[in-house]
Amino acid sequence: MDIQDHNATARWEALGSRDARSRGTAMEHISQEVMRRVESIGPIPATVPSPLATAGHSTSDLNDILARLLMMSKRCPFDDVRERCVWLLQNVQDLGVRIPRTLGNGPSRFIPEKEILQVSKVDPRTQSIFEDAFAALGRLDNISLVMGFHPQYLESFLRTQHYLLQMDGPLSLHYRHYIGIMAAARHQCSYLVNLHVNDFLQVGGDSKWLNGLDGAPQKLQALGELNKILAHRPWLLTKAHIEHLLKAEEHSWSLAELIHAVVLLTHYHSLASFTFGCGITPEIHSNGGHTFRPPSLSQYCVCDIANGNGHGHLEERRGNHQVSEVSGEVEVLMERMKQLQECRDEEEASQEEMATRFEREKTESMLVATAEDEECVPSRDVSRHFEDPSYGYKDFSRRGEHVPTFRVQDYSWEDHGYSLVNRLYPDVGQLLDEKFQMAYNLTYNTMAMHKDVDTTMLRRAIWNYIHCMFGIRYDDYDYGEINQLLDRSFKVYIKTMVCSPEKTTKRMYESFWRQFQHSEKVHVNLLLMEARMQAELLYALRAITRYMT
Amino acid sequence: MEKMSRVSTALGSSAISGRTMFCHLDAPANAIGVCRDAMQVVVAGRNIFKIYGLEEEQFVEKLNLRVGRKPSLNFSCADVMWHQMEENLLATAATNGAVVTWNLGKPSRNKQDQLFTEHKRTVNKVCFHPTEVYMLLSGSQDGYMKCFDLRKKESVSTFSGQSESVRDVQFSMKDYFTFAASFENGNVQLWDIRRPDRYERMFTAHTGPVFCCDWHPDDRGWLATGGRDKMVKVWDMTTNRAKEIYCVQTIASVARVKWRPERKWHLATCSMMVDHNIYVWDVRRPFIPFATFEEHKDVTTGIVWRHQHDPYFLLSGSKDSTLYQHMFKDASRPVDRANPEGLCFGLFGDLAFAAKESLISGDTNRKPYPGGDRRYPIFFFKKPDLTEQFAHVSSALSVFESSLESRRMDWFVKTAHLYLLSGKPFAELCDHNAKVAKELDRLQVSTTWTMLRIMFSDPANLSTPGPNHIGKLGTLPLMNSFSMKEMGMGTESRLDRSKGESRQDNIHLELGNSLINSNNDENEETEGSEGQAEYMFGDAELDDDDLYSMELDNQAAEEQEYTLPQEAFPLRHEIMDNPSAPEHLQQDKADSPHASGNEAEVMCLTPIESFSLISISQPLFSPHLPAHFFCPVVREMLSHYAEQGDVQMAVSVLIVLGDRIRKEIDDLTQEHWYMSYIDLLQRFELWNVSNEVIKLSTCSAIACLNQTSTTLHVNCSNCKRPMSNRGWICDRCHQCASICAVCHHVVKGLFVWCQGCSHGGHLEHVMNWLKSSSHCPAGCGHLCEYT
Repeated sequence: MDIQDHNATARWEALGSRDARSRGTAMEHISQEVMRRVESIGPIPATVPSPLATAGHSTSDLNDILARLLMMSKRCPFDDVRERCVWLLQNVQDLGVRIPRTLGNGPSRFIPEKEILQVSKVDPRTQSIFEDAFAALGRLDNISLVMGFHPQYLESFLRTQHYLLQMDGPLSLHYRHYIGIMAAARHQCSYLVNLHVNDFLQVGGDSKWLNGLDGAPQKLQALGELNKILAHRPWLLTKAHIEHLLKAEEHSWSLAELIHAVVLLTHYHSLASFTFGCGITPEIHSNGGHTFRPPSLSQYCVCDIANGNGHGHLEERRGNHQVSEVSGEVEVLMERMKQLQECRDEEEASQEEMATRFEREKTESMLVATAEDEECVPSRDVSRHFEDPSYGYKDFSRRGEHVPTFRVQDYSWEDHGYSLVNRLYPDVGQLLDEKFQMAYNLTYNTMAMHKDVDTTMLRRAIWNYIHCMFGIRYDDYDYGEINQLLDRSFKVYIKTMVCSPEKTTKRMYESFWRQFQHSEKVHVNLLLMEARMQAELLYALRAITRYMT
Repeated sequence: MEKMSRVSTALGSSAISGRTMFCHLDAPANAIGVCRDAMQVVVAGRNIFKIYGLEEEQFVEKLNLRVGRKPSLNFSCADVMWHQMEENLLATAATNGAVVTWNLGKPSRNKQDQLFTEHKRTVNKVCFHPTEVYMLLSGSQDGYMKCFDLRKKESVSTFSGQSESVRDVQFSMKDYFTFAASFENGNVQLWDIRRPDRYERMFTAHTGPVFCCDWHPDDRGWLATGGRDKMVKVWDMTTNRAKEIYCVQTIASVARVKWRPERKWHLATCSMMVDHNIYVWDVRRPFIPFATFEEHKDVTTGIVWRHQHDPYFLLSGSKDSTLYQHMFKDASRPVDRANPEGLCFGLFGDLAFAAKESLISGDTNRKPYPGGDRRYPIFFFKKPDLTEQFAHVSSALSVFESSLESRRMDWFVKTAHLYLLSGKPFAELCDHNAKVAKELDRLQVSTTWTMLRIMFSDPANLSTPGPNHIGKLGTLPLMNSFSMKEMGMGTESRLDRSKGESRQDNIHLELGNSLINSNNDENEETEGSEGQAEYMFGDAELDDDDLYSMELDNQAAEEQEYTLPQEAFPLRHEIMDNPSAPEHLQQDKADSPHASGNEAEVMCLTPIESFSLISISQPLFSPHLPAHFFCPVVREMLSHYAEQGDVQMAVSVLIVLGDRIRKEIDDLTQEHWYMSYIDLLQRFELWNVSNEVIKLSTCSAIACLNQTSTTLHVNCSNCKRPMSNRGWICDRCHQCASICAVCHHVVKGLFVWCQGCSHGGHLEHVMNWLKSSSHCPAGCGHLCEYT
């Protein structure tokens, strides 16, 4: 069985090959295998109410394979494989076996599937990145698909992630995935948790660890506290926390390991933000990504309407309606940017004014309600990966507790953070630096339907607003600009996504920047994600630096 | 402290004096600047902006420029510069993007003069023109540099770097119109102040941001740059293309660099992260700092030489909220602490050794190596001031060649091959190994094996072979071996001292000597008596006594045994004279005192002899002495061997004795021995032996060595590419690579194939096939041979 498994894995992997012939061979093997299995369970009478009920071992195996085939038929970047998979599934169905179908529509709940998949067809560069990613991982996860809107960034992102998870580093592979799970679980991001639970087991992780943090080694348990603080209130991080981790007798971390862990934690915290912010749906072949039940009317309603997806025409009509309602939003925004640009030199805001503007923005960000207040209880299987579920984002500037403002001029990523990371975890500083710059500088000079727009100001406002929520201040930034450029619904979205991403809803996603394209909203998401990661990193690295001096 | 030096300068300013001193600031400093008269220093930071007077003994706060109840961000300085012509003029770069000038001559409390808010981002650097009073240059995060005329309200010209933020700007000392700007993307640009449209020249100096640059004060067109890539580079700008002429590698990103006045090759650096020291480098010796100032407890943010023509005073400000004046004479010189000796083994056992001449000169035995002696005074200065140079380094290199003889490790290899470690009864193993050792003329080792057999064998097993064997091999030969040893070691250790041979050589020499000695093996006694200190047998001795007492198990000897140990030393070679009779033992004791009088140092050999005698005479009478009784002795013996460098012996005995001894020796030691032995074996490419040792080892840490690197990489037989995942299916061409020629199924276990036609298959199948047919099962017609 084990050998067969390996054999099978090899075939699946071969589907990612760039060589069409070897893909064909692998496909051939797979279809033989499927047919063999189908025959072995015998012709299933079509009247059996649910194949799952009768599921013997072989049936559930077959179902796994079928689910995988379904995934391939949708996600594989190679046309030939997709077609063959569809064909094979059809054949199987003709034999009377129930085949799965996808739940939800496409990689994202927020963005119509066809728009996402169109990307790879249009842009050869995206296509080639997808192929690379597919060949490397044997899958093309929904995150990458959505990021496919921005191939330059995606490339940098995948390279960094690959380095963090697969390449040389102070932590062992299963530790890395486990830390990823811990971080994602902090935001109850079941998508990322599931993804990494699989990877974790695949690299030989101990399944006992997955029962909860108690099952993991003490060393990892100690990281729980850092994970918690970093995810929700990084400004509370002090050198005492670092010292606690580094001086724990036999369970202590080394500096290099800690840096690796910190980078992983921040990476997955922010990736969780992205996942929720773009409404990433479960992978097709994982639980919740597909169903074997035939489409019934009630089913349809529950899953598709709850997701607000599926009824394309309805959607569109509503969209049109909104557009007419808010037309001119973009123009207003552009006008404001122009004004700011122009009156910049004349307007002489006093220094006191500038300082209060930052404070005001900070306080105001606090007042931005994060979500419609339904307290969602984290599902059991995810929450077990972290402790203290009640600990969440608390606003940076609360009355009573005073945390000094973090001045970016005193500790910046470019000058200080980079040096520290690169010193302790070579090359990662460089990779992160490139990724940050890529995210910050990415622009197509477009805004909705307008071309040749300099969006620097807008991007900077978003970036600084997020840092502002974390109490990081740029001396040379006029925080009044934020108020001009970011409207309330956008602020709500940003705040929710960055501080408690699990509460992001489709309504929020839709209610900001209604005229902008989805790719632009994904771009915003990328900005948010990177800005958040940098903010967390800055606090963590500053604490480590303080510990070291 | 006394004042250190007086330097009259070209500007004719008064002499300066002082000592290493510091003062606490209220807040971390970001930058410091010094007045032309070298008597005042300005400190600027986020929450501090003060002027201190430099007095003989201390810093005195002169002026606080941070006035007003609610100081604005204009006071939050990233950089500060004091005009070098005009003593009342200061400029600061504010983090909010403002450039501010200050006029100390103002009568009011607020000395702020001009405020330029043209930059959109933080201003990283301001720089006054060295000779022009009203010209100020700024470089900002927004990528622009601006030139201000202080008589006007606005900038006169703006220079766009067309790239990321400007980290430093510096007017050239040499050229009135030129300034250099360093950028976050690693570039350095040269500009002509009259041509704001385009830079004159640009080159990439570093990977990552260039944090600082500094022109050489002696108008040579040299520019030093420091970057995040931890390098300081010196560029020659006089040529057409900027040429890197020196490069200093530091341990952390370089935040500031400043040429040292009056010293052509020296520059001072401080770092931005992690490292708190200030280094002064001689660019020609980039591997070790010329001087280090280690006073600061957090990163140094600003350094400046107190006077532009005085190389002895350095001022520095730091994040730890202190301002220091460093005296050059108080600097630590890393070169003094550096290890000046070097030692290296050559491929063939030669030893090269380099050290300061003074250390070596006393050694008369030294063979000067042709060309190896080098005396080189490293630097000459115009003003030969001893404290201002690197220590005079001249070292001598000596090479010790080992003789061909001593290099050979044949015995080791042979022993490794021939030793039996398992597979036979214990006694036979010991005998075999003893024989092996003897054949290689390692008589002491041989004897040890024999003894081990006697000690640990079942009395019953021992009975027959024991006495005979020893009778044959024990008496004379044994004595030989010991006496030889003594001499061998004696002479050798002398050699050792005089020649400084390596330890490894000792072993060979020992071997060699014993070889020599075995020729004149008849004169055991004499040699034994004349032998010098034999330290090797120190522990063996003890065990002999114990042994002795045990083996002498018969009732008669009972009391004697217990007395014997105390008298161990006296019990010398005299015994050798009377090899056969057990009764002589008592006499030996009587004899011993005078023997010990002769050579107090020789100790151990005879007891062994005596033991062997005893074992010969009364081997059968030792039935109920528990074997573990010997364990302490054996343990000491083993560690003795191991310390001697014969880890082979230690490990072999360990394996052969197995459980009998294992518990006596702590695991770590065992593991250490195993590792050393395995390492040696592998160096001699004795893979099989090393594998056997690993297999037989009982340490889990060793046994698992066999589990590592067990991967065998194979190439696909179809596409000839490496098969990455599984051995039987190729990822690329998706063919099962190894198909059995007999049954046509994939082979997933052992695959045997003919080297002639490269067909093969399951081991079993092929075996069966070739029983009945001699042709290849694949039908290629090849006559396969299966052996």
